[in-house]
Amino acid sequence: MENFPYQPQDEEGPVFNEPWEAQAFALVLALHEKGLFSWQEWASALSEQITAAQASGDPDLGNTYYQHWLAALETISQQKNLSNEEELTSRKSLWRAAYLNTPHGQPIELSAGEVS
Amino acid sequence: MPHDHDHDHTEPPSDLELRVKALESLLVEKGLVKPETLNTIIETYEHKVGPRNGAHVVAKAWVDEEFKQALMNDATEAVANLGYCGRQGEHLEVVENTAEVHNLVVCTLCSCYPWTVLGLPPAWYKSAPYRSRAVSDPHAVLKEFGTELDEQQKIRVWDSTSEMRYLVLPQRPEGTENWSELQLQQLVSRNSMIGVELARSPRQLEEKDK
Repeated sequence: MENFPYQPQDEEGPVFNEPWEAQAFALVLALHEKGLFSWQEWASALSEQITAAQASGDPDLGNTYYQHWLAALETISQQKNLSNEEELTSRKSLWRAAYLNTPHGQPIELSAGEVS
Repeated sequence: MPHDHDHDHTEPPSDLELRVKALESLLVEKGLVKPETLNTIIETYEHKVGPRNGAHVVAKAWVDEEFKQALMNDATEAVANLGYCGRQGEHLEVVENTAEVHNLVVCTLCSCYPWTVLGLPPAWYKSAPYRSRAVSDPHAVLKEFGTELDEQQKIRVWDSTSEMRYLVLPQRPEGTENWSELQLQQLVSRNSMIGVELARSPRQLEEKDK
């Protein structure tokens, strides 16, 4: 895998601060391995997000790197017709509702979001 | 989104986490990614996720007695003051290894884990054998990790829940009296904070860096 400028790393590889960052990282690798986009396409989607964030005054690329990563992943998924904004938005609301409908300490199932 | 306080619920995670969950669940449903593939990728990187936060906490407790007292009194708050915050509702407790007691952390039910300080749980932590044997035969588990305890040290096993997570404060290795907090951090491995290993000795660190 290629290295990206600003990606939080140590001598052994990428470093994550929270589980969602690793999840977003893995999604990109998995989609790329399946041939849904080239690494070049991914690199340019990511660098566009980073450039835009820098232009709007992003103070700390180390902490916000995976936010850009996630934004680039959402963008490329839509460009490649893997998903669209409408279903992403409604699915996000469904997950939020699932958390709110699930008693604390129990596993969160997406179906719980459909209960009113 | 209305927030109903009348019934028991789970506080939703951050917007970023919800976005990842939304995209991931849609891509899985469409057959574009397999959950197993994601797990394999993540497992490859898991040891790089987060344990340095825990190492920071431990090394600071070794050098700063005031911080250590705060940590033992209320770990959730002391750790949050260093900038490591969990989702609402998870409490962290720090259990200290001493000459008499060695602590070992497990989650017998599932894989509850103090990820804010340790990152993602390693695969063995989530495995059924570890979950049962950490309780039934902790001595054998430690032995498999190559960990030798002093004869007088008792093992105390802590079973994590969704509400309570545990972090082991390992004993500070001998021969590190003049070390800085930053140097000490290198001695604190993820496994030592779960309790299956001890903190590295200065000699082990030298060998690791070779």
